[in-house]
Amino acid sequence: MPELTRKRPEFRNINAFKDLTTYRLPAAGWVSILHRVSGLLMFLLLPLIVWLFDTSVSSEISFERFTSAFAGGGWLPGWLLKLVVLALIWAYLHHFIAGLRHLWMDVSHDAVSKQFGKTSAVVTLVLSIGLTVVLGAKLFGLY
Amino acid sequence: MSVNYGSKRVVTGAHYGARDWLAQRITAALMALFTLVLLVKVLFTSGPLGYDSWAAIFAAQWMKALTFAVFIALAYHAWVGVRDIWMDYVKPAGLRLVLHVFTLVWLLACLGWAVQVLWRL
Repeated sequence: MPELTRKRPEFRNINAFKDLTTYRLPAAGWVSILHRVSGLLMFLLLPLIVWLFDTSVSSEISFERFTSAFAGGGWLPGWLLKLVVLALIWAYLHHFIAGLRHLWMDVSHDAVSKQFGKTSAVVTLVLSIGLTVVLGAKLFGLY
Repeated sequence: MSVNYGSKRVVTGAHYGARDWLAQRITAALMALFTLVLLVKVLFTSGPLGYDSWAAIFAAQWMKALTFAVFIALAYHAWVGVRDIWMDYVKPAGLRLVLHVFTLVWLLACLGWAVQVLWRL
């Protein structure tokens, strides 16, 4: 059969419901999609972030409200607010470290290789999750 | 930058997104620098971090000015990033326009609030 008429494999967009469960992403793929997820999360929770900044820094009375909110004195149970803030901590750490990886790849041609992409992605995931666990333990008063 | 709107629009070539791409990197670098400054200031606070020592971090005029610049950088950075998400996943033009407007209003409202908190300190 001539080269042009040979049947070629067809790649279409993946289906979110049928394919995502069996779709295996490489480490760099996880870093990439989590960069988006963490960015969108911080964007959606931006009013909460500004509220945390406002109450913590405005006055001693508002600072009191800031600390009591984490003890359950606000309109959310304390553990739920801590859980949301833990998600924010993870989002910031992941976005920060993955962002540095991005900038590094932008300025260095040596960093744009298959091997560096893989190892730096694994480092990003380990660091962001590890630091989240350490800071989360502090947030929930484990030490 | 070539004109990419109106009757003088250049429809060939590339680099339409270069300005936003570069702005996203520069704002990211500024925010990373700010993170380090804040981290150093928090770590070098003596004793437990209470209201006085926390508020004192933002008391210096240069820190206020830097924080102000970071707030604006954050809004610009988030605008580029969130718009990328809408452009990748949301195809109907009407819905995309609504989301773009929502994103701008959301970011500007948060920016105004944060700036108000900062400059009344």
